[in-house]
Amino acid sequence: MEQITAATVREIQEAVRTHSGLLPKAGGTKNTLSTSANGTQSTLLNLSELSSIIDYQPDEYTFTALAATKVIEVEAALAKNEQYLPFEPPLAQRGATLGGTVAAGLSGSARYRYGGVRDFLLGLRFVDGNGELITGGGKVVKNAAGFDLPKLMVGSLGRFGILTEVTFKVFPAPRTFITLLLRYDSLAAGVDAVRKLTVAPYDIEALDLLPLDDGAQVEIRLGGIDKVLPERADRILQHLAVDPAQVGLRLHGNNDANHWQSVRNFEWARDEYLVKVPTTPAKIAALNEKLVAYSGTPRYCVGGNLTWVAWPNEIAILHQLLSDAGLPGLVIIGDNLGTVTDPMIGVRTGQYFAQRIKAALDPNERFYGGI
Amino acid sequence: MSNQKTDPDGLLSALAQVVPASRILQKSVQLAPYESDALTAFRARPIGVVLAETQEEVIEIVRLCHQYNVPFVARGSGTSLSGGSLPIAEGIVIALNRLNRVIRLDPDERIAVVEPGVVNLDVSKMATPHNLYYAPDPSSQLICTIGGNVAFNSGGAHCLKYGMTANHVLGIKAVLPDGEVVQLGGDSLEGVGPDLSGFFVGSEGLFGIALEVTLRLLPKPERYCTVLAAYDSLKAAGDAVAQVVASSLLPGAMEIMDALAIKAAEASVDAGYPQDAAALLIVELEGERVQVEAEFDHLLKVIHASGATEVREAADDEERARIWKGRKGAFSAVGRLSPDYIVQDGVVPRGRLGEALETIERLSKNYGLRVANVFHAGDGNLHPLILYDGREAGALHKAEELAGEILQLCIELGGSITGEHGVGVEKRAYMPDMFEQIDLDVMGKIQRSIDPLSLANRGKMLPPEYIPEGEAPALMMHGAHPLEKAGIISRE
Repeated sequence: MEQITAATVREIQEAVRTHSGLLPKAGGTKNTLSTSANGTQSTLLNLSELSSIIDYQPDEYTFTALAATKVIEVEAALAKNEQYLPFEPPLAQRGATLGGTVAAGLSGSARYRYGGVRDFLLGLRFVDGNGELITGGGKVVKNAAGFDLPKLMVGSLGRFGILTEVTFKVFPAPRTFITLLLRYDSLAAGVDAVRKLTVAPYDIEALDLLPLDDGAQVEIRLGGIDKVLPERADRILQHLAVDPAQVGLRLHGNNDANHWQSVRNFEWARDEYLVKVPTTPAKIAALNEKLVAYSGTPRYCVGGNLTWVAWPNEIAILHQLLSDAGLPGLVIIGDNLGTVTDPMIGVRTGQYFAQRIKAALDPNERFYGGI
Repeated sequence: MSNQKTDPDGLLSALAQVVPASRILQKSVQLAPYESDALTAFRARPIGVVLAETQEEVIEIVRLCHQYNVPFVARGSGTSLSGGSLPIAEGIVIALNRLNRVIRLDPDERIAVVEPGVVNLDVSKMATPHNLYYAPDPSSQLICTIGGNVAFNSGGAHCLKYGMTANHVLGIKAVLPDGEVVQLGGDSLEGVGPDLSGFFVGSEGLFGIALEVTLRLLPKPERYCTVLAAYDSLKAAGDAVAQVVASSLLPGAMEIMDALAIKAAEASVDAGYPQDAAALLIVELEGERVQVEAEFDHLLKVIHASGATEVREAADDEERARIWKGRKGAFSAVGRLSPDYIVQDGVVPRGRLGEALETIERLSKNYGLRVANVFHAGDGNLHPLILYDGREAGALHKAEELAGEILQLCIELGGSITGEHGVGVEKRAYMPDMFEQIDLDVMGKIQRSIDPLSLANRGKMLPPEYIPEGEAPALMMHGAHPLEKAGIISRE
């Protein structure tokens, strides 16, 4: 695969005008998304130099940065003002960038509270298939003018255009966090507990479910004013009819932070592939049965709406399994997709609509991959 | 662009094969209510209005419009403030109020799947027994429909914390302008591939008609803590907002009213507001009881230190309702001060609110037109109400000019021409001020790729030069919408 580097918008425009099959890459943490399928023509466009925070307005709850700016750099700047990106982009510590997070459409467990990358992206600039620099959305927290190009670019894998700049909304960060780890003797009981919490009026930052050999663990993260956190935790336990004395673990301070950092960076996923699967709580039981039968390792996040699967077998098998279950999937890590030609696996919807958009934005197929 | 000629007569006879004659309106007396929406300054009489009752009918009607090359406008309750459902004189209106089935309410999954004619507030009412609600709360939520909310990405008072309609729509089944039916998104909060349902929301009807919308429901907040503070200047109230934001609190709502709005609200709904205040600020925290009460102590300290001349806490639900009654009724109340008014909804960065309000005050004096301000301060979303008397020659024109200057101001300050009302026909002339030509060209290309004949809601959002054979709707002088005069809807 040919490789070129673009350090400026102008160089990206030049690359788009002179190449086809362009595959943008910055942090490279989601390697399947910056690799072409076997035997297809492509050009890797390295954007990692397109990095810096252009403008940060703590009072406005907004910042604008070049697309290849690393998430950790942004988070460090935000933390100085006690603010954060509430959806906690995955793979941050491994070097994920803002642009890659948007293009892959990835949010972490913390998305449970306020929403995901789609909900916090306010505006962006991208180079379209004609090499033009296009601006979409705005730089203020509320805006309804024009088509919502920022949403279109979320999850578009660089197939509509190359992102150059992004503007995000941010929020004040909770002062303190604690996490409750609750053991259940079956996955079904764990799912039940998750359900009870998702319909209850508790302000939970993250709500994950981890299947174990002998049951399941429900992980509940709370954030806010430290003096009331213990009372809030007790109310949740009461709601779940759990005896506080029986709670396996309460994570505080660094233990809490380290736990979620390890979740966010997929330290738990040791298999060849890592796949994102959008789900709903009702689909977990059936999906889990199939995944376990093939030695897949799932983690059910965001109250059962976001499933990560560490997968040890051929991706074609998972593709089939998801298709049968009526679910989509996105392979974000893995060295070789084998017979599968696209990291988007399982069922696809809306392609007729997407193809019309692709025809408008990339008429000469400058960007790698169909839609 | 097809060479095929538009054939409205052919369409009308074909429609008669699909829909009973009683649901195809063609007489002028029947068409009159559909001539305008809540932006009453614009009117156009369509060739017909079809009252659709099923999704299949809508799909068939759209296919026929495509076949006969006749433009269509989808319409729910017609509460658009930007002329979003203004008919096209040479086209038909597809009325969707009867397409109002709730397909599925699944409290365990926290979703509701509804047809576009379902009324916004009815979603929350339906979810109430499960202690859930639908968060976007435009002021017209008593009658506005989900289809219109989706098309125009409606907002409300709680957008800073909860986002707009787009943030609460998970999936959309839609019929595209060529009659193709697509499923965008699904039931999950997450997705794979481009966020197509997110892109459809706010497309102002240009991408076709939503037939089924999957909405995300939220648990009802356990506790609301509301405070009303009076200030001796608008600037002081604006500064207080900045201090609240700087204190790391994230209120569900922060609203400001100026003196004119306060007086009008008081006269109309007797909210018990302090009458000598130059500005009122309402701040509301919501969420889990223990947390919110702790935050409220902190908020009150900030408010007391912000130079407020009077601070009132809502002790119970009744007092809270009273505070909001004045705020929610402010628009229709201000409307009573004047025979006519225009409302804009431009956005400025929060830090420049003071500057924006000072400029609006100066413009108001220069134009000799009163302007009342009631707005969502938390997200910098202004709502200047420009009062004028349409019976005076040139008054509407002058008011429009003042409104235009306010929009230019929002753009200059780095904001947006619309926070929640949409562009519609009203603000499309300002799109070139907000976007570069190249950005508008891309929007035009996408629109034409999806709708080569420009049949779906032709003439909205994109400036006139992007509409093939388009005809600019005539600006005509009219009073308030009948529903508005009756106090059922308000322009917010």
